[in-house]
Amino acid sequence: MTDNNLPQIENISRRSILKGFALSGLVLAVGMPAQLLAADEKQKYGRDGMPNGWVDDPLVFVSIAEDGTVTIVAHRSEMGQGVRTSLPMVVADEMEADWQQVKIVQAEGNEKRYGNQNTDGSRSMRHFFMPMRNVGAAARMMLEAAAAAMWAVPVAEVKAKNHQVIHAKSGKTLGFGELAQKAAEMAVPENQNLIYKSADEFNYIGKKDNKLVDGFDIATGQTTYGMDVRLDDMVYAVVAHPPAYGDTLKSYDDTETLKVPGVIKVLTLPSSPPPAVFNPLGGVVVVASNTWAAIQGRKKLSIEWNAGPNRQYDSAKFRETLQASSKQKGGKVIRSKGETYNELANASSTITADYYIPHLAQAPMEPPAATARIVDNVCEIWTATQNPQAGVDTVAKWLEVKPEQVKVNVTLLGGGFGRKSKPDYLVEAALISKALGGQAVKTVWTREDDIQHSYFHTVSAEHLEAGFDESGNTTAWLHRTVAPTIASTFAKDAKNEMPMELGMGVVNIPFDVKNIQIENPEAAAHTRIGWYRSVSNIPHAFAIQSFIAEMAHKTKKDHKDFLLALIGPDREIDPASLKDDWNYGESPELYPLNTTRMKGVINMVTDKADWGKTLPKGSGQGLAVHYSFVTYVATVVEVVVNDDGEVSIPRIDVAVDCGPQVNPERIRSQIEGACIMGASLALTSEITFKDGVTVQDNFDGYQVTRMDAAPKEIHVHLVPAKDFNQPLGGVGEPGMPPVAPAICNAIFNATGKRIRELPIRYQLES
Amino acid sequence: MKLTINGESRQVDVPADTPILWTLRDVLGMTGTKFGCGKALCGACTVMLDGQPIRSCVTPISAAENKKITTIEAISEDKVGQAVQEAWQSINVPQCGYCQSGQIVAATALLRDNPNPTDEDIDTAMSGNICRCGTYTRIRAAIKQAAQQGDK
Repeated sequence: MTDNNLPQIENISRRSILKGFALSGLVLAVGMPAQLLAADEKQKYGRDGMPNGWVDDPLVFVSIAEDGTVTIVAHRSEMGQGVRTSLPMVVADEMEADWQQVKIVQAEGNEKRYGNQNTDGSRSMRHFFMPMRNVGAAARMMLEAAAAAMWAVPVAEVKAKNHQVIHAKSGKTLGFGELAQKAAEMAVPENQNLIYKSADEFNYIGKKDNKLVDGFDIATGQTTYGMDVRLDDMVYAVVAHPPAYGDTLKSYDDTETLKVPGVIKVLTLPSSPPPAVFNPLGGVVVVASNTWAAIQGRKKLSIEWNAGPNRQYDSAKFRETLQASSKQKGGKVIRSKGETYNELANASSTITADYYIPHLAQAPMEPPAATARIVDNVCEIWTATQNPQAGVDTVAKWLEVKPEQVKVNVTLLGGGFGRKSKPDYLVEAALISKALGGQAVKTVWTREDDIQHSYFHTVSAEHLEAGFDESGNTTAWLHRTVAPTIASTFAKDAKNEMPMELGMGVVNIPFDVKNIQIENPEAAAHTRIGWYRSVSNIPHAFAIQSFIAEMAHKTKKDHKDFLLALIGPDREIDPASLKDDWNYGESPELYPLNTTRMKGVINMVTDKADWGKTLPKGSGQGLAVHYSFVTYVATVVEVVVNDDGEVSIPRIDVAVDCGPQVNPERIRSQIEGACIMGASLALTSEITFKDGVTVQDNFDGYQVTRMDAAPKEIHVHLVPAKDFNQPLGGVGEPGMPPVAPAICNAIFNATGKRIRELPIRYQLES
Repeated sequence: MKLTINGESRQVDVPADTPILWTLRDVLGMTGTKFGCGKALCGACTVMLDGQPIRSCVTPISAAENKKITTIEAISEDKVGQAVQEAWQSINVPQCGYCQSGQIVAATALLRDNPNPTDEDIDTAMSGNICRCGTYTRIRAAIKQAAQQGDK
């Protein structure tokens, strides 16, 4: 690779890995691109390539009580994707445990013990299906070995079934509880000797009606999220953060604050110079006997800030800068095939379009919160985090202690969407506890804190051009993508998109076009840029899938037919041949870009949605397809646009090819949720900056889809996999990218109006 | 101040303008009612005050004097509330679950007033409750299922 954005990435990633420092959060989040490895290191893929890899030791994950209760450890964070149900269910099924007698316990952050815990990148089932099968199969074989030993019969004559081991010849049975002690003494079988259940023996894997382990507790209000943690003698804190990223505290007056009933103390936290990494923002802390008093106290603070380097950040002006760059030839060439500029100049006809996608905030319903205390030089934290190990490492660095002196307990997450991958709020809680002599303190972020101080989804300008021959066949494709990069959060001056961001649908387009040119002009970041569910796939899919519909219209072809022709013949494409060396961290042999599967979801969804059906005036259907997180998703949206330009969505159909489906019910719910989150960003959500500060600070300004605007029907169609040995795809994120372009393509078909910037908001009002 | 919460008499000593939400959560340790926005914009904090759904994050505790507060922890004592909770579980409505306390209280209040709501009735009653995970289609289905339960 001669990729010229490597030096800065290499700097941060290599250094952080060598130091074992939490900076590797970036790497944790994205997998390690091949080119970052030293020459003598062999590229590892999938779960092997993740920091701290994977663990499949049954003694770590399973314990059996004498009453028969099987306790299974959930080591990934639950944020609504169902992982506390789905992964333990794999263990239970493989070990023949009865789900009614299974108890789930959540692992603390300890990747040496549990393997990678960074719940991010739509990886949990993709990476841990096999390790969890290994855990279950080993546990089952140990139970069988114990029973055979107790009965003094050959192990081949016994079989585990539904929470007991049976000796068919004698008709003897022993329950798992009765076998627990003996089984624990048995040798853990080697992986090569494991005997797996066949798919027709599965009780839970692949079944449609699995219930959520936390369903009852949620419905009855008995769950504990990070926000709900309570410790004895706990106090509460809120922080007045610097308004713009890079501002620092100049002075403050807490006279009025200290008069607020319940306020105990005011203290300060240092600001951290860029890059942001996972460091706390600093500011003035109000400690009180309850959250309300702390919030009231914060309102009474009088603070002067030193303006930092980002006070000029203005979204309207920045948009002009981005769009000017995107329209200008040049910038780093990411992929170049053929003679694109020549072809465009000589094409029979051409089309050009520019798209704009604003910043977004993840805004999980539970704002960030962390509770910390320090006892005997050990800092213990209870919090909702997607990435507990990064929490351990970052807190240890800030407290200047060893990671062994930090314990992060993972609660349920009230949503994550990438925000809770960044443990800045854990560090705040730890530092405040330290300042209070180790006292237990819950640091609460209000919604305003959350929306104003997110690690924001980037802002993008996407410029596309295409050329056609006389018959309307596409001969040239030009794409310039410009967006502040996530790398800027880890290396101050990073200005080009990383291989990971470019691999999210810019370079890895499997289009059958002779001339392709993809460029990435520079863009500077003026706030903390982070990842948000499906990340850069959002702007890339919006631009590309809208543009293809525009191309079809221009050449007077049916959108679906045009899209299928653009993808071209059935083939498996090595992602590296598309200049995508990342491929979601997965092996190109196991996970080639498969055009048959991509066309398969298009055909399935258009069939199910009755593509091309006659609709009344003001209604229309729109189509989009996107490959992300090694899963193929195609979406057809039906919209109605009324005379006032208001959009409603009667129906969405989604076809998903994610390989084998371990818990289809949760796959459906994730795709349904992605449709609604995708509708939010298409219809109303936008974060803008003025003088370096976000204009929006709560759900009045930052609008998300509510019940009345939500799609009335969502139909999820899953492409069956051949068997459970096929590679698994991601599920949590890949439903998102096609939603916005499918909505906008439907609006075009309903009204003839083309939306090229998000959100749609009032653009259809005449 | 004397309060009646979930049928029990409780005494709290907080300033009169303290919202019901923080009184429940921080003073009484009842964390089933959630904090989402602090401005009555998201509905996560919904409780019933004398049977009416209110946003507890902006309602001062003084407004609850001599009235009955019902929270998610006691919603099952109401026949409608129980049907709603059962429908929520049977349809696997929740994803992260954080907003669902508020959703369930709001849905219970709706069905107590209107045992057979139309889609429009559901939109009106439930649009104050944000679910960022996007469980709206299932919430709608669960409300209808709970309504049918009430018919039997």
